[in-house]
Amino acid sequence: MLQHYRLISLIPLAAIILLLPLLFSSAYYYRVAALVFIFAIATLGLNLLMGFAGQVSLGHAGFMGIGAYAVTIGPTHFGIPPLFSFLLGAIFSALVAFVVGRPILRLKEHYLAVATLGFGVLLAIVFTNEASWTGGPDGMTVPGLTLLNWSVRSASSWYWISAVSFLLGAALALNLVDSPTGRALHAIHDSEIAARVLGVDVAQQKLIIFVVSAVYGSIAGSYFGLINGYITPDVSSFLRSIELVAMVVLGGMGSVIGSLVGAAVLVILPQALTLFHDYEHIVLGLIVMSVMVFLRRGIVPSLAAAFGGRRE
Amino acid sequence: MTVLSAEYLSVAFGGVRAVNGVSFEVERGIVFSIIGPNGAGKTTLFNVISGLCVPDDGRVRLCGEDVTALAPERLARRGLSRTFQNLQIFSHLTALENVMVGRHRHEMTGIVADLLHLPAVRRQNRRTRAAAAEALARVGLEKVAKWPAGALPYGDLKRLEIARALVSEPTVLLLDEPAAGCNPVETGEIEDIIRGMVGCGVTVVLVEHDMRLVMNVSDRIHVLANGRTLAEGTAPEVRVNPAVIEAYLGVRALREATGAGG
Repeated sequence: MLQHYRLISLIPLAAIILLLPLLFSSAYYYRVAALVFIFAIATLGLNLLMGFAGQVSLGHAGFMGIGAYAVTIGPTHFGIPPLFSFLLGAIFSALVAFVVGRPILRLKEHYLAVATLGFGVLLAIVFTNEASWTGGPDGMTVPGLTLLNWSVRSASSWYWISAVSFLLGAALALNLVDSPTGRALHAIHDSEIAARVLGVDVAQQKLIIFVVSAVYGSIAGSYFGLINGYITPDVSSFLRSIELVAMVVLGGMGSVIGSLVGAAVLVILPQALTLFHDYEHIVLGLIVMSVMVFLRRGIVPSLAAAFGGRRE
Repeated sequence: MTVLSAEYLSVAFGGVRAVNGVSFEVERGIVFSIIGPNGAGKTTLFNVISGLCVPDDGRVRLCGEDVTALAPERLARRGLSRTFQNLQIFSHLTALENVMVGRHRHEMTGIVADLLHLPAVRRQNRRTRAAAAEALARVGLEKVAKWPAGALPYGDLKRLEIARALVSEPTVLLLDEPAAGCNPVETGEIEDIIRGMVGCGVTVVLVEHDMRLVMNVSDRIHVLANGRTLAEGTAPEVRVNPAVIEAYLGVRALREATGAGG
């Protein structure tokens, strides 16, 4: 019963997704909303790692890069259909996460942060330098996605694809909460030593969730490449990774809906603040700082605690 | 039947020999206490047995099998669990969820089933929840099952940790100062819990400073001083052992423990 109750929290979100287009007056709105959901998918993946298991990654945009370049390099160089390339990208991200995660997830806190940062920087360098495959710093065109006979081009198509994907990703994440893996991850977050003496294989659980979060990142990266139609190594830049971490913390660590809110704030605000012209970045910085000062657990958990004391 | 044994265990930190050639055997279904003054090596010994610390020398056997330096999670799966002197609570989970984590070694579903919340996960969750609720009731915490563990008072957390270890159905449970910081009433409750566990066939290894509790519940007592074995015997034997009295108990503590007044 508890399980059904948990998924019910997604119904209002589904309703908002359905009704939101009524407010959209141009393709631009669809595009911005699609970007919100795309970043929310990557943020949700990172939140599983940070908010559930308490492990930081400062290189998560690297997996977005793998996803984005998979749907670019696959069709361009190998003639692999985009949809298949998309799946290959997700599988490849999982493999990379598995291989890389094994040694670096032994590290803790700041050391883990620096190691993952190194991983992200490394991938960005690969995407920049392997110009014959990736087009180098100038990037390359992403071939369009065709599903059966439907050529997916319009911003509104991407809105529906990204929104439904986020809903599915959120349902999976909520499923995890009330499961052995979810409980084990929360246990690891609070006390690794106690988790271990209760039989939780900490290294294995961290690796599993790292792989899952990499797949979320890869899917978001593929969508990001496809919606833009063009990709540069910026997709996995250090700043992009930091942005994902900021989205997680701003929305709320461990909060599924918070991942969407965090992504929405950091995608929409810069667009909305363009009317401040030269002061845009200053205003953005001040807003983010104020949110963290006044809602220190992140937007969603802080507000949930303030209104009704519900525990996220 | 011997369920847990230590054979010539030694641990040194730099030049300090924290544990120095300690051996003992624990029979199934008894309360085996390890006592000694601060710095005698009790906690280090516990850490070695539970796999948190690798000994420089010696062996640990669990049910006859050599488990020396096995990782704690693997020991847990073989039926050895422990609690901590300084509490290790999952403070963001509820009391019930804390105890549910204790069932981890009995839960069989993998990540894919968990993500999809397959019927197997639901059935398993029901079993886990029922076992956890029962364990909470056994330590008298059923009323606070839904509370965030971080909000519970100290005495409750002590019992919560015991329930969490208990629900994993350990063969051997190491209790590291379960009564530390507890008032006499709470200590009495812990004594009852320990008796209940032993009644269910759990073998308890206890490190404790509260001599009244130790003398009341222990079937055998192993006395450490400066990392070495000083004596071992039943409570009445240890109580009158001159070396033990000199090194640790002192005459006053003895009187208190025997109820003769101080």
